[in-house]
Order: sequence, then structure tokens, then C-alpha cells
Amino acid sequence: MDTNQAEAYVSFNEVQKSYDGENLVVKDLNLGVQRGEFMTMLGPSGSGKTTCLMMLAGFETATSGEIMLDGTAINDVPPWKRDIGIVFQNYALFPHMTVRENLAYPLEVRKTPKAEINERVDKALGMVQLEGFSGRRPGQLSGGQQQRVAVARALVFEPKLVLMDEPLGALDKQLREQMQYEIKHIHENLGVTVVYVTHDQSEALTMSNRVCVFDDGVVQQVAPPDVLYEQPENAFVAQFIGENNTFVGTVKEASNGYCVAEVQTGESLKALAINIAGPGTRTTLSLRPERVSINPEAGTCDNSVQGTVKELIYLGDHIRARLELCGQDQFIVKVPNAARHSHLTEGESVVVGWHSEDCRALDAPA
Amino acid sequence: MAKATQPIMIDGVPLKEQLARAERRKKYIALGMVLPLLLFIIITFAIPILSMLFRSVDNPRMVTIVPNLVAALDDWDAVDLPSEQVFEIAFHDLTAAKKAGHLGKVSTHLNYSLSGGRSLILKTKRKFKKIKSGPYREAMIKSDKRWGDVHTWAVIKKVSVPYTARFFLNAVDRDYDDTGNVIQKPEEYRIYVTLFLRTLWISLGVTLMTLLIGYPIAYLISTTPPKISNLLIIMVLLPFWTSLLVRTTSWIVLLQTQGVLNDIMVWLGIISEQERIQMIFNLRGTLIAMTQILLPFMVLPMYSVMKTIPLYELRASQSLGANPFITFFRIFWPRSIPGIGAGGLLVFVLSVGYYITPALVGGSKGQMISNQIAFHMKSSLNWGLAAAMGTILLVAVLILYWLYDKVVGIDKMKLG
Repeated sequence: MDTNQAEAYVSFNEVQKSYDGENLVVKDLNLGVQRGEFMTMLGPSGSGKTTCLMMLAGFETATSGEIMLDGTAINDVPPWKRDIGIVFQNYALFPHMTVRENLAYPLEVRKTPKAEINERVDKALGMVQLEGFSGRRPGQLSGGQQQRVAVARALVFEPKLVLMDEPLGALDKQLREQMQYEIKHIHENLGVTVVYVTHDQSEALTMSNRVCVFDDGVVQQVAPPDVLYEQPENAFVAQFIGENNTFVGTVKEASNGYCVAEVQTGESLKALAINIAGPGTRTTLSLRPERVSINPEAGTCDNSVQGTVKELIYLGDHIRARLELCGQDQFIVKVPNAARHSHLTEGESVVVGWHSEDCRALDAPA
Repeated sequence: MAKATQPIMIDGVPLKEQLARAERRKKYIALGMVLPLLLFIIITFAIPILSMLFRSVDNPRMVTIVPNLVAALDDWDAVDLPSEQVFEIAFHDLTAAKKAGHLGKVSTHLNYSLSGGRSLILKTKRKFKKIKSGPYREAMIKSDKRWGDVHTWAVIKKVSVPYTARFFLNAVDRDYDDTGNVIQKPEEYRIYVTLFLRTLWISLGVTLMTLLIGYPIAYLISTTPPKISNLLIIMVLLPFWTSLLVRTTSWIVLLQTQGVLNDIMVWLGIISEQERIQMIFNLRGTLIAMTQILLPFMVLPMYSVMKTIPLYELRASQSLGANPFITFFRIFWPRSIPGIGAGGLLVFVLSVGYYITPALVGGSKGQMISNQIAFHMKSSLNWGLAAAMGTILLVAVLILYWLYDKVVGIDKMKLG
């Protein structure tokens, strides 16, 4: 799955995890994270991503397989000797200590000289713009400030690796977006390796160098954000990342990287053959709403179908149209709100077209 | 638009008044709901405590029975023998008291402070019949030469004041001398200070032992999964469902010299038949039994505080490089201190007033101040002294609460 796994800074080699001895929460995980990389584990809740993070941190043991950090197996290294900074979902600041004491804690337990502690704590406070707050207790800070302290604390002892477990989950939308950029910039400035866990796909796309999509304990795809969005390898990834129109069909023929599939209502659609078993098998065709044109000029699109407008939602910069075509009534088209563009009306019959290279034939639905 | 100084409702009634009216009903309902409890507490708790506080300084007996004598002694200098006039008043007052049948009370009261006081008065009762007329001084001294002793009169004067700190002085082994100075009681009468100190040490000892035994239990319960911790909590609470008397007496069965524990040790050959250990009816017995009985009061508050310490904080500490030992002392321990405070305070306060257990298993060396209070309430009927000792205990406990509030904060206290 990952070509550079052998030289990876952090790697999971055939890791399995079971809590009850009957079900595997993580199945045969192979994953490599490069030095200095921002890797996000993305997946719905219960997909095993947090379990992976906890195994990396040392709070859960891998049932089988090996976890490597910087060239050494860390399966048997206790958490306090792993030198991994963690930002927890609920910050996990120590309420009985001031901000300064919280930041000094990892340095004190490492027996760092007093003067150096002060210097590094001041630097860390500066990094997260909390210079004036060193004497406060966590309870006297806002959510965003607590989050910054938690980030600073996970970085102040210059760990080999920083783990973040849905650190922005408790913040409101605006603050969350602001913090996303701050964390991204801190990562860029320090060059530290980060493994980040989230279930929010926009967060994953915004922040990461690469994203690892989890489902049901299995890695579905590991790729940079743009590749993940534009070239999903299977139906789950296509569905989970961004908005997506799908058709279920049967492959009629496949050649030169393209295939033709026949959908329920009989239309034949041409698509990129990405993940199909061959003629006669079932496939999921995936198409992004923004790649669809309404009433295209003849000859520009190699796929065109007749559809009916069911619903229009005005969203300012674009209009979201829900259409019924090829037997599916959840077909979404994003119509740009441009001056030249024709306006649709509900109930109207239109021709919908798209390029076959924008439509991906993926694995069959489960 | 004119600024309204007070918002007016449509019907012209000020908003404040309307609000008060609207909320009044609620207030009455709330008051109605707490009223039975409030009355119950006032009648059975507040009033008895206040009356006890009052009784510890109240000294009404002489003032009501022999009022004229008390008034006459008020002007007496307590240096020379009182004048003939005072003797005359004393004679008439005591005769009147005899007729009213109150002389016994006077004699008992005097006896607290004057050894032989009872016999003096009771003898007078017989002899006074012969005295028909004055001069009373000579006649009374003739009837009993103790009437000629300044000390006798000084004691009478001393015990006759309507309000006195004497009970409090007695409670700490002190008394007034004839001229009103505070002195220590003779060596052989000094028992209460020792008892107060012993009560203090027993309470501190029990608190410390319940803490040492209870902390690991509370830690275990708060950190294990609910399935096991629920069982452990039931085991901690189990003693609560058994009568205190049964628990105390079962300690006697276990610990006495011919008891189960000694039998087992003899049988195992750890001690010989002659070396059976006296483990009960002494201080040791009181400490063991009280520790066991008060343990849940220590465990439950500590548990309720410990279970609020989140696991992720301990994990955060470990991820930051602190091993479990450092994590415990720098994170868990400081966070559990409010629980220790609450449990410790509860156990200490309960220990200070503990009565049944020391009475049953304490022997003579394991008695506490509460046993003396009970003795003075029930046997010697010196309620003033009992009240004074009770007041001292109450004040000590209140001081402790105040200290706790200053150091930990009473709002942090969590019980169960």
C-alpha cells in the first residue's frame, strides 16, 4: 500500500487489534508515515482510527504485528518512554496547575535545568500567542485558549512525534477553522511529524499532507487530499470524501482503461475503469456534482442523459439542483450562479452531460 | 421618548411588584414543603443544642431556693466570717428551703464543690430545729463548727452566682478557689483533660488508619470497570446494613483473650497458651473497632472525588514522560485531596463524639470524653458539667470545619 514503508519514520506492520478476542477492531494494518509529515487518519466513528492512535501512544497494546518509531519497535516501550506528545480530545490539561506549570511538567519530569525550562516554556507560550496567560489555571481559559495550551504542552518537550485525537471537536465552527490553520502553520514551522485523527473530512483535507481513510478497521486509501478527492479508489472513499453522485450498474465491456456500464433503467454510461472485476460484474459509478453540465453543447460530453429537475436550493454562489435520472432521484448538480447561466425551474426536463474521465467505475456496493 | 424610571405594566402596577406577586406563590409552596423538616429540626435539634449551651453556664439552683442568702453574700468580702445579719438570713432561707423540701437540692449542689457539703446541710436540717432565736451566728457554729469556717461561706458564695464558668473550668480540671482565682484541681481529680486529649488522639488515630486502609480501596474502586467496582462498593457498604451493636460485639468475639483470633494464633503455635494477647477492652480495642466501623465514611467521599479524575489526564501525564509513580504523586494525589479532606473531616467528627463502641470495647483505658458526658447525664446528674463538655466538643468540631473551609473549601466537600 505504501511504497516507502520500509524507510518510514512511523510504521504499522501487519497490526491487528481485538478487544474481546472475537472481533478485530483493526485488521491487518500496514501504514507508513514519513518524517515531518502531517498524516490524518480519517474515518467514521468506530472505524478503528482512535484505536490506532492509542496503540501508537502505548495506551492500547497491538494484538499482533509491529509498530515502529524512528527505526525501533515500540510495542513493548511504555507510554512514558515513547517520547510522543499527545493532544487529547478534551485537552487533558491539569486543572490544579497553572498554564506555566502545565507546560513545565514534561520538562520537569525529564529533569531539565530550571533556566532551560523557563526559556522553553516562554518560547512555547509565544508560539501559541498566550504570553500573558502563564499564571492562569485551565479553568480560567476559553476553549480555544485551552486548546492552544494543550498543543503547546505536546510540543514543548520536542517529542519525536505528535498525536492529535480530534483536538478541535469541542470548538465552534469559526474557532475550529482558525485553529486548523494555526496547527497547520505550527506544523510547517517546526517540521514535526504529526498523526492526526478526525472524522471531519474538510478538516482532514485542509490540514494534511496525506490522509489515511479508515473504515471498519481497514485502510481504504492513503493519499494526498487532492488525489483522495479527485481519484478515490473505492466507493467508500468516494462517498465519504466530499459530495458524490453514484449509479449502480453492470459492466458491459472494458478496454483501454475505460468501461461501459449499464444502469438499472437501461442507459449505458462510459467511465474510467478504476476498480472493477471485469465484464458482467456489478460496479458503482462515482461522479462529483461540480463536474456535471446542464444542457451541454452537442458533442462536448461523451455521456449525456435526460433528467427532470426535482428540487432547487439557492446557496448564493451556486444553486444546488436535485435531479431524477437513470432511475435515481438523488442526483445532485451544482449550477454556478453566473450571469450567463440559464436558470432552471422545478419540474423542467433537461439534458445532463459529463466527461467519461470524470466518472469513475469503482467496486460494487456491499 | 421619556425615560421611565420604573417599568410600568399595562394595568399600572410596577413591574417589581408584579414579579414579587408572581413569585410569592412559589415561595410559599417551597416554604410549605420544607416546613415539617424545619420544625422537626428546630424542635429536636436546634432547641436542645441551645438549651445545652445555656445549661453549661446556667446556675439557677441557689438563686431560686435561697435568694436572700445569695443577695446577702453578694456584698460579703470573703475574707472575714460573715456578719450576724448574714447568718440570720442564711438561717431563715435554709429553714424556708427545708419547709419547701428543696434542701436536698441545695446539699447536692453544694457537694459538687465542697466535700462534706451534703452532710453539712443535712445535719443542719436536724440541728436548726433547736435554734429558736438569735444570735444565729453562735447558734449555727455551735450546731456545726464548719459554719465558723470562712471556706464554707466562700464555697456557698461561689456556687450561688446565677451564671458561672465553673462547669467549663471543671471540664478542663480547673476550679475557682475561695477568692475567685482559677486554680488546677488536685492531682487525683484531674481526669477530663487526659480524656479530652485521649479523645483527640483516638480520633486522629482512627482518621489516619481509615485513610491508610481506605485510600487504596477507593483508588481501586474508582479505577476498575463498573462491573467489579459495583461489587467492591457493595462490600464497602455491607457493614452499614448490619447493626452497629452487632458489629461491635462481634469484635469482642474475635479479639477477646479467649476469642477466635487468639485461639487461632495459639493453635498455629504463634503464641503459647500463656501469651494470649489482650486485644480488647483497652485502647487497642477501641481503635480497631472504630476504624472498621468508620471506614465506609472515609472510602465513599474519597471514591466520589477520585472517580471524577479523568483517565485521559493520567494518560496525558504519562504521554508527557511521567512514569505511573510520578503521575500518581503529581496528578492523582493532588486531585484526590478534597476527598481526603471530606472523608477525614467526617471520620474525625464522628470519632470525637463516638460513644457506643468505646463503651463496649474500650475497657477503662479506651474510654472517650463522650462516655464521661453520658455518665454525667445519666448517673451523676451533673448536667451543667455534661453540657460544658459537650459545648467544648461542639466548639472544637466547629473550629475544625472552619479550618477545613479555609484550607480546602467546604464547597469542595463531596459525600457519596
